[in-house]
Amino acid sequence: MSREGRMDTVDLGMPAVRPQHASPSSHLRGTRGFPAAARDALGDEVLRGNLTYATATIQAKRASVVREMRDWQKLRDAGSALKWHVTDHLPELLEQLEASVTAAGGTVHWARDAEEAGEIVTRLTLERGAQDVLKVKSMATQEIGLNETLAHAGVRVIESDLAELIVQLAGDAPSHILVPAIHRNRAQIREIFLQAMPDIDPEITDDPAALAGAARRFLRERFLDMEQSVAISGANFAVADTGTLVVVESEGNGRMCLTLPRTLISVVGIEKIVPSFQDLEVFLQLLPRSSTGERMNPYTTLFTGVAEGDGPQEFHLVLLDNGRSAVLEDPEGRSALHCIRCSACLNVCPVYQRTGGHAYGSTYPGPIGAILSPQMTGVSDPEDPNATLPYASSLCGACYDVCPVKIDIPSILVHLRAKEVDQRREARGQFRGTWDVAMKGAGRLMSSPRAYDAAVRSAGPLSRVLPGENIGRLPGVLPLVPGWTDHRDLPHPGQSFRSWWAAREKHSAATDQQPGARDEPEQPKAPRSGSGTDRTAQNGGEA
Amino acid sequence: MRISLMPTCLVDVMTPDVARSTVMLLERLGHEVVFDRRQTCCGQMHTNTGYYKEAAPVVRSFVDTFESQLEEVDAIVMPSGSCAGCVREQHPLVARHEGDAELEERAAAVAAKTYELSELLVDVLKVTDVGAYFPHTVTYHPTCHSMRILKVGPRPLRLLRAVEGIEVVNLPQSDTCCGFGGTFSVKNDATSDAMVTDKAANVVASGAEYVVAGDASCLMNIGGKLHREHAGDSAPRAIHLAQILASTREEPFVPSGTILGRAS
Amino acid sequence: MSTWDDRRPARTPGMSAKEEILARVRTALAAPRRDDVTTYADVPRAYQRADDKQETGTDPGKVRDVLVQRLEDYTTVVHRTTEPAAAAAIAQALDGAGSVVVPRGIPGEWTQGLDAQLLTDDGTLSAHQLDEVDAVLTGCHTAIALTGTLVLRGDELCGRRAITLVPDRHVVVVRAEQVVLGVPKGIERMGEDPGAPWTMISGPSATSDIELDRVEGVHGPRRLEVVLIEPEQPAGDEPSTKEKQG
Repeated sequence: MSREGRMDTVDLGMPAVRPQHASPSSHLRGTRGFPAAARDALGDEVLRGNLTYATATIQAKRASVVREMRDWQKLRDAGSALKWHVTDHLPELLEQLEASVTAAGGTVHWARDAEEAGEIVTRLTLERGAQDVLKVKSMATQEIGLNETLAHAGVRVIESDLAELIVQLAGDAPSHILVPAIHRNRAQIREIFLQAMPDIDPEITDDPAALAGAARRFLRERFLDMEQSVAISGANFAVADTGTLVVVESEGNGRMCLTLPRTLISVVGIEKIVPSFQDLEVFLQLLPRSSTGERMNPYTTLFTGVAEGDGPQEFHLVLLDNGRSAVLEDPEGRSALHCIRCSACLNVCPVYQRTGGHAYGSTYPGPIGAILSPQMTGVSDPEDPNATLPYASSLCGACYDVCPVKIDIPSILVHLRAKEVDQRREARGQFRGTWDVAMKGAGRLMSSPRAYDAAVRSAGPLSRVLPGENIGRLPGVLPLVPGWTDHRDLPHPGQSFRSWWAAREKHSAATDQQPGARDEPEQPKAPRSGSGTDRTAQNGGEA
Repeated sequence: MRISLMPTCLVDVMTPDVARSTVMLLERLGHEVVFDRRQTCCGQMHTNTGYYKEAAPVVRSFVDTFESQLEEVDAIVMPSGSCAGCVREQHPLVARHEGDAELEERAAAVAAKTYELSELLVDVLKVTDVGAYFPHTVTYHPTCHSMRILKVGPRPLRLLRAVEGIEVVNLPQSDTCCGFGGTFSVKNDATSDAMVTDKAANVVASGAEYVVAGDASCLMNIGGKLHREHAGDSAPRAIHLAQILASTREEPFVPSGTILGRAS
Repeated sequence: MSTWDDRRPARTPGMSAKEEILARVRTALAAPRRDDVTTYADVPRAYQRADDKQETGTDPGKVRDVLVQRLEDYTTVVHRTTEPAAAAAIAQALDGAGSVVVPRGIPGEWTQGLDAQLLTDDGTLSAHQLDEVDAVLTGCHTAIALTGTLVLRGDELCGRRAITLVPDRHVVVVRAEQVVLGVPKGIERMGEDPGAPWTMISGPSATSDIELDRVEGVHGPRRLEVVLIEPEQPAGDEPSTKEKQG
């Protein structure tokens, strides 16, 4: 479909419907900026140890199963193009998905924001008289705070994923997309279980197998009692042409929730679409290897509407916007929605590896979170904690290398920084922070060759001006110095290169005319080839 | 060949030895080096911090300076992976942001002749053994932008392995970022510090006398940390690829540029 | 409350949620991308697909070897057998199970001489009843060698999904002609009946949620055994994973 065709579908007769940011109630924003939150996390030795160990383990697993795929880069190319296709044709594909799901006996609901999704799910749950609902780990329901909404309505939510259960029992927040309890070690998890599980063996060890066994016993009865009840899930993929939903998991809790209850409600972001069933051949190869570092995850369930005599006899699909349309509005940033939630970018990120997920303040942490969260919530104020997220990266690019759908996270980070700076520049009176002033000053100097040359040469040996007020005359490094020297030493550079070069030029010219001329202060070596002529292609002229 | 040197603003001011070594090396190989004093900076700091509008005149100045040489020089060399990456990847971006299609085109023409040092040596000058002598143990940090934006690959290691007397040892977790990231090192100084702390520890663990890289900024970060945390002058030192390649039996590398102490 | 927290997403009066979301998306996408819009035909399909030479040309025996190796990699116990010896191999896989649930459509030969109470699922067994059963025996629709994946369709041969989920031991009988090399071929076969309930199983239930240490056996069957029925020149009657069996 052509771009023109798409634009025609905007009804010009009505006030244009604007894309909207996520509900403020969403779990997409922390209470303070990344640098401050990171500082606390960095000071937690146990957390650092847990993260280092876990991310190193999973990175190595991923690398080894990706290496055995000879067509990995080609799969990434296909995954990326499929996601672009979905983005470019989202309205048509959404309508196709709705038609397919409805034809298969499901009911489709549309939720503009977190509140609307919460209302729909709560209503469906209460209408069915359910007091307890079981949940499969789902990023979308975490994002919209569905557990809290249901609790408010008197419905108890039981998280069935082991890590989500750990987080829930500890009254904690998830810190990783795939392994929400990555910040906890086995000893901590044993303590949490001892506190929260009534029938647990008090002699239980912290062996992961024993702890997993305790979770199995704890949840078993709840699963088996679910037959007249309601379960809530998300979905990894929603196939437009068949209406098939795909849930990828490891433990079997997903299968329990997708199979045993009478009613299933799936809350799915509008970007989760895959055009055709056959396209799963791409994503079911990319996701498990990127995510858990397995050739295939233990369990994948594919279901289409309602199947008579097998599984839930009532199926509701809630399609969620909640800020996704706002992400789509930025052509340079919209591919953040291509994310398939594998978390490979978290595991490989040197920032995430050290700070963990909580420092990002959002359901979506790590590099992908740093581009997704601020776009979903919007950043209207320089004090907004999400305004700090695009800067929470050294732009090393490791995330882009591992992304299975080739989201160029570093470029989007820089783009979002520019967007934030532009926004401040345009808002009267806001463009005068320390950085703004420094960057404006440096920019002016660095675009004035004469002034720059004079400044560098007159600065002389840097040691003379460091530390001190004159540091403002050193254009290239000016804003770096104070934060820098808290942690590291600085070199003693001596004479700048351009001063040395000028002296050498003068010296070699003099040597040519008058052999045995005196050496320059720092004894520049005469060039060994082609010496004697002025090698400066263009002289900017001395100030 | 006639080669125009763009030492980068950081090298010009903070680590001028790197630029001097680049001159020595290229001249020793029989090439002519020119330096245009009108040059300032590639604009990477502005661009990566989001100040595209402030970067634009810097980019324009860069393009003006080097465009005027295009007819007269065979190549432009930058002893920095990230600055060369900025010229190649970000100058067009800044031009587009300014809606300046002409600048975008001119910038692309300059970028097409711009090389990072190891690219220039291996791809353009077709040399891997530059006749250097460096009887020390070194470990190589690939630096993120050389590795992931420029994709220089094994070029620096091939150059290093051809150096007489050198021993190249493995750097644990070599492809992890050192934590510099330009203004990241200040805006997120605690995280940056955690990263460079680990990098410095890995350098020490490698047992090398020197950690070598193709980017002075990363080296300043790693070297500064090594000096601060690991026994000052007896710690492994950070050294630029150009400095090793410039070193010969006749004129061996002399460590200069002592390290400033804590700037309060 | 902080200033950034005040604005709630606007809703347009008189518009349904569906209309509004679609309108929002259309408005958003009206801002064009720098590069071209991607059509479905633009998607590069250079990766190995179902009709690739490697998929169709690889010797079936080798493909089965890969399947066995990949299944065993994730601690599935594999019994390689032939048609005449199938019942014995199945009995061995079900050894010790006092009760076994089976779907309606499995071949009668599979359970001949089985020393266990056999329950043929009629769709009425509750989850609690299934929990009392020791094991489940099913067939399989497709097996994907490269990933060690068993694909079950909700049908007469593989059963409804609950019966392969609740019992603690799952024995899957795989026939040689069901084995494909790669995921694309597996998806192609599933795509012939996309509306059916499908379950893809790759090893026993597992979790890596505690320190990313893989632990077998959480909520699904903790023991997964495969009986692979092969044509002539069988690899032998012995289970190929001796030490792991138990």
